[in-house]
Amino acid sequence: MDVVNQLQRQFIDYSASLHREGFLDDQFTQLQKLQDDNSPDFVVEVASLFFEDCEKLINNMARALEQQQGVDFRQVDASVHQLKGSSSSIGAMRVKDVCVAFRSFCEAQNREGCLRCLQQVTHEYSLLKNKLQTLFRQQILAAGGSIPVVE
Amino acid sequence: MVMAASETKFHVLAVDDTLIDRKLIEKLLKTSSYQVTAVDSGTKALEFLGLNNNDHHDVEVNLIITDYCMPGMTGYDLLRKIKESSSFKDIPVVTMSSDNIPSRINRCLEDGAEEFFLKPVQLSDVNKLRPHLMKRRTQTNVNKRKSMDEIVSPDRARARYNELEVK
Repeated sequence: MDVVNQLQRQFIDYSASLHREGFLDDQFTQLQKLQDDNSPDFVVEVASLFFEDCEKLINNMARALEQQQGVDFRQVDASVHQLKGSSSSIGAMRVKDVCVAFRSFCEAQNREGCLRCLQQVTHEYSLLKNKLQTLFRQQILAAGGSIPVVE
Repeated sequence: MVMAASETKFHVLAVDDTLIDRKLIEKLLKTSSYQVTAVDSGTKALEFLGLNNNDHHDVEVNLIITDYCMPGMTGYDLLRKIKESSSFKDIPVVTMSSDNIPSRINRCLEDGAEEFFLKPVQLSDVNKLRPHLMKRRTQTNVNKRKSMDEIVSPDRARARYNELEVK
């Protein structure tokens, strides 16, 4: 089946590029290895949890940094620490790296630096979300399935 | 099919306040053929164990694996509570953290943790749990012949501490 081979090739190449470009690291590969017949949607489920977590934490950080009376940097840092943990657990390397820099700015109580990191982390999260959605779509197609159309 | 007592799956209690990490540790443990109960706080872990009741607990937990950084009761606090409990101090406890802080690691190991895993936890880490569980199972089978009310002698407790590896 030529088309399926093409699709499989596409999926493999895309996956490799995401690793090469630093979006994903080995931890993501570990998650894929854990997926089995008992939990066939494991990776997608973990990714969904991650994106929900991201949105919630980014909102927390934004709110904390907006405080005109004085930013509670410990509160910001607590959210960044959590995001760093989650991104590390899923293998979201670029998001994790921004979190590392972000924590330094929190420690230095540097609001400008924090705001820059917030922008970066939001950007990296969006990029990753798009790319993973593409990857999962390709995975379904490569397996010979079809993407359900949502009305 | 009737399973012999020795073939019963080990039951691991996993404690982590982060949903993603709970899902991950649960999957790792299930992949390694453990029965898993996952809770999101030290308080819930103690409730599950029945630490607050004076009755015999029906639930048997063979190992506790806990995150270190949790709001309220930290993993270290939980470790201390388990080790100070007459009913549960013999349950092996493993701690995990995303932060690599040597003083934190040493403190947990010195105060009774069997292992300390750095997150993200890998399958190779989970493989390290089996010896702790097998050793406990052998000991339990021996102890079951003795009285349940026997007090552990201080010498035995000291011997246990000497077995701990400090990494």
